[in-house]
Amino acid sequence: MRQISYVLKHNLINLQYKFYKMTEEYFQERIDAEKKIEPKDWMPDDYRKHLIRQISQHAHSEVIGMQPEGNWITRAPSLRSKMILLAKIQDEAGHGLYLYSACETLGVSREELVQQLHDGKAKYSSIFNYPTLNWADMGAVGWLVDGAAIVNQVSLQRTSYGPYSRGMIRICKEESFHQRQGYEIMATMAAGTTQQKQMAQDALNRLWWPSIMMFGPHDANSPRSGNALKWKIKRQTNDELRQSFIDKTVQQAELIGLTIPDPELKWNEEKGHYDFGEIDWDEFWRVVKGNGPCNKQRLDHHKKAHSEGSWVRNAALEYQKKLELVTT
Amino acid sequence: MSEKIDVWEVFIQSKNGLPHKHAGSVHATDKEMALQNARDLYTRRKEGSSIWVVKTTDIVASQAEDGDSFFDPSDDKVYRHPTFYTMPDGAKNI
Amino acid sequence: MSNLLNYTLRVADNALILGQRMSQWCSNGPTLEEDIAMINISLDLFGQANGFYEYASSIDGNKSADDFAFLRSEREYFNNLIVEQKNGHFGDTIVRNFLFDVYAVLFYTKLGQGKDKTLAALGSKSLKEAEYHLRHSSNWLIRLGDGTEESNEKVQKSLNDIWMFTGNLFEMDTLDSEMLIAGIGVDNTALKSDWDKKVNEVLGEAKLTRPEDAYMQTGSKKGIHSEHLGHLLSEMQYLQRTHPNAKW
Repeated sequence: MRQISYVLKHNLINLQYKFYKMTEEYFQERIDAEKKIEPKDWMPDDYRKHLIRQISQHAHSEVIGMQPEGNWITRAPSLRSKMILLAKIQDEAGHGLYLYSACETLGVSREELVQQLHDGKAKYSSIFNYPTLNWADMGAVGWLVDGAAIVNQVSLQRTSYGPYSRGMIRICKEESFHQRQGYEIMATMAAGTTQQKQMAQDALNRLWWPSIMMFGPHDANSPRSGNALKWKIKRQTNDELRQSFIDKTVQQAELIGLTIPDPELKWNEEKGHYDFGEIDWDEFWRVVKGNGPCNKQRLDHHKKAHSEGSWVRNAALEYQKKLELVTT
Repeated sequence: MSEKIDVWEVFIQSKNGLPHKHAGSVHATDKEMALQNARDLYTRRKEGSSIWVVKTTDIVASQAEDGDSFFDPSDDKVYRHPTFYTMPDGAKNI
Repeated sequence: MSNLLNYTLRVADNALILGQRMSQWCSNGPTLEEDIAMINISLDLFGQANGFYEYASSIDGNKSADDFAFLRSEREYFNNLIVEQKNGHFGDTIVRNFLFDVYAVLFYTKLGQGKDKTLAALGSKSLKEAEYHLRHSSNWLIRLGDGTEESNEKVQKSLNDIWMFTGNLFEMDTLDSEMLIAGIGVDNTALKSDWDKKVNEVLGEAKLTRPEDAYMQTGSKKGIHSEHLGHLLSEMQYLQRTHPNAKW
């Protein structure tokens, strides 16, 4: 009798523990203890939704980002610069794939994610809605855009969701040459002919503000940040990351003789940081909402490639069916 | 037209002698394309000498809920670990 | 210009022009995986081109690899006609690449056995890449040919349209013959039977009909090309031409 009641009690405790592991309390405990959440773990619905949104938008950004850079591939001015740019764009496609792959572990398919992009339900980083108008833009994009991405991504390596974290570690390893490639182009042009120097300064003038806008709204105006920080999806705030980027980059510009287009940019000895001018938030929101220089073009391009490739994908799927018939 | 392309998990052996490690996934309609796609995506920087691809649906995983009864028994049977035993001083190669 | 220099340029030009064509697929592929695959192929080809142009530069003693790649005029490129044909749709690209890849594998194999140490080394290195490219294009050709009715029709047309550029691959002119006699160059004509064998094998598996051999386009060895090359070159050369003497 005593044995039976002992077994019952033991089973009841196990059952209670099993249910406890499916609660927000337990989930938050694990987050606070810096444990990684894996695909099969229970997670709050909002956590899952937030991650799907964030990871897929990160993936879409990598893929859309191939377009402004792809724009100069056929006109790259030397064999070496052509190969480096190709390798960079290839990496970006790869990063998109790692991220779609991580996102799919959350129970959504890549096809659904692409549909969301096409429907305008999912966004991508606004910086890619700006055009690349001269070769120096390849420098500015690598130096500033990848530079900003690195600041963000290094932080994300410690994100709580396992597949996302591992994807980010992989991405960070590959990212460092991207920024160096861009900076090298800028440095070469800034030290080159008068026209080259003008092009470099022009690229910096056009892409500086959009680059610092990449970090998003001020913390006070960022509604989703709260949960993102609580769940350790995000490890630092928008403003912290933006400040970190600016502090690193100003000196790099000065070193190669280029001027950052911000008259209010000034070293603040007390704070140990650079003070900088206010971002044009009207422009920021305008572009985010769809009225930037290249929004329509970027999305149309993606849709076109996707629809023109439909017959190819169908052919491969049909061939797969034939293969399966043969083996069964 | 339902266009879902199969997902395949990719395992890379970075060096001869080491185990294959999970690297991520690729989409492909058959195993030959899966291998090619995996090679293009995951071994660009010579990260691998061997690639395995497995359809995600063919992978059988232990469930998170299995946790306790599946894994705990091995937690308290400490005598499986070599550090459990005290060796006489001076004993080598053991 | 020496025979060796001219011959090296021919090989380099094939890699350069096909590399440039493949780079145009960036962000335009039917899947993201294929974008990566095609950029990968493009990178390989530019790497090959760079190797051969560097050798040309050392033979010349004056011009740089970039000078050869970017600063010749339309009549001074000696690539085969097939590689400059437009990308068209994915099927057009796969067919064009396949027909050239079979040749490239055979060509690089022989070049790798030649007496010029540098060309042989470059040939052997390029062979590994060419084999991978052939695997890619033949796998796709089979899936497109033996896929849906639509895909089969599309690539059959691609094949019919591009067939007239295949004969050009097997021509031998004076330069080719002299290089062959020197033990350095490749006997293009001798490659034809193996090329036929491989092409027929894959076309068979792809349920495609081999087109009849009719008039074959020619002229590349004299720098006479299709109109496509001019446009490809204007785009490629633009920055170098606009900013002479600038360093990049």
